[in-house]
Amino acid sequence: MEHHLTTPVREEDIRKLRMGDLVYVTGTIITARDEAHLEALELHEKGEKPPVDFKGVGVFHCGPIMKKADGEWTVIAAGPTTSARMEIFQDNFIETFRPAIIIGKGGMGDRTSKACQEFGCVYGAFTGGAALLAARGIKNVRDVFWLEEMGMPECLWVYDVEDFGPMIVTIDTHGGNMTQDVKTQVTERMEKILAEMEG
Amino acid sequence: MAELEKLVENTAVELLRIAATELPVEYVEEIKKGLEETDGAVGRAQLGNILEDIDLAREGSKPMCQDTGIVAFMVKVGDNFPLRSRLKEILVDATRRATEEVPLRPNAVDMFKGNTRDNVGLNGYVPMIFIDLVPGGDLEIIAMPKGGGSTNIAAHRMLKPGLGWKGIKQFVIEALAEAGSLGCPPYFVGIGIGGGEDLCMTLAKKALLKPFKSRNENPDVAAIEDELLEKVNQLGIGAMGLGEGPTALDLHIELAARHPASLPVGVVISCWALRHARAVITGEGQVSINKSA
Repeated sequence: MEHHLTTPVREEDIRKLRMGDLVYVTGTIITARDEAHLEALELHEKGEKPPVDFKGVGVFHCGPIMKKADGEWTVIAAGPTTSARMEIFQDNFIETFRPAIIIGKGGMGDRTSKACQEFGCVYGAFTGGAALLAARGIKNVRDVFWLEEMGMPECLWVYDVEDFGPMIVTIDTHGGNMTQDVKTQVTERMEKILAEMEG
Repeated sequence: MAELEKLVENTAVELLRIAATELPVEYVEEIKKGLEETDGAVGRAQLGNILEDIDLAREGSKPMCQDTGIVAFMVKVGDNFPLRSRLKEILVDATRRATEEVPLRPNAVDMFKGNTRDNVGLNGYVPMIFIDLVPGGDLEIIAMPKGGGSTNIAAHRMLKPGLGWKGIKQFVIEALAEAGSLGCPPYFVGIGIGGGEDLCMTLAKKALLKPFKSRNENPDVAAIEDELLEKVNQLGIGAMGLGEGPTALDLHIELAARHPASLPVGVVISCWALRHARAVITGEGQVSINKSA
């Protein structure tokens, strides 16, 4: 199945997505990596709000290459980073800020998968390294926050996107987690190979 | 001398540009072959996206991946090449310029001050410069920017020497299974064996740059390279770790002697974008650039 979503995405539309579906997003996606996740959660704990609203939008695990010319930011390259680093706080982030789709590469673990089920969020895998394909879907750089403190790769870039994709839904709201399934198979094959080597 | 210095700097900037924007055609052909041999739609989509991205990068002279990595230079300095200690400063300047001009993503992070914004820092260690002294009058520079995702899945173990080759092979298989989806497969694998805890990792990194599909000059080692590449592919990690398509495109082993009590093994993995470019500069200022794998 192929889906074209527009942000803010309603939870009921997110729950229609199934592992293996193709997804394109139009509207808002916001980049956030390790430091931005931490900072947003710390602000929330202090009773303060981060400068952007993540509700119903795409949170993109991405540290882009950006260039400023004539006072305007443009995207040079913006592919996904390894999402597994965010596993330690992604569930808390989803519960707190309720994004509709987490965009990254390499998949995520059980904690994120559980939060996706509970709070209505999916994980969309974008092909790792395909930074120019991703940049093609970004139509405008609406805003940037925390650039001074965190630097270009770690800060929050707010993008207007049009049919940003294709992403493969690898974590859905029904307990499906494609990367974990493959990981289980790989571990089984590894054990078989190692056993054969033992003779 | 100033002219030669400028020439080396310009060449190093150009090598970083080529590395970031043009994947060697031998790798591209291998990814195409992988696509042809893949049946599943998910794997085909990943490989197709990679190939499209590679084309966009080459046509637009833009970095194929936003993670343009920590910069490394592998340098061979001939006895009669006129530049010596200044080379380091020149390569640092070239890195700063390439960060602006290509552009590269600023990736050098100071633990206290944050991102240095120019890919240069800390205490002269970044960019990483590996220098060999060689006979002759030429300078060879290889620029190798390497991303964080695949750098994070490197593995290192000090094996008990009694485990021998079997132990080495099992460790490599475990390391790749552990890497799984995390470092943008299909992978290139470099294995360094021997030396010490440090040298095996350097050898593993340098092994990535051995000519594509070439095999070790020692036929026994060559056979192990073939065996390991086959077994790594049997893991079935697939393109982007989604279980379809090739897991690894090539694998090289580099060996050094070891201490009798030690069997150090390093595994350094590259994503599909094994980016590098090489140039030879003569003392008279002739430059020849080699973009092949």
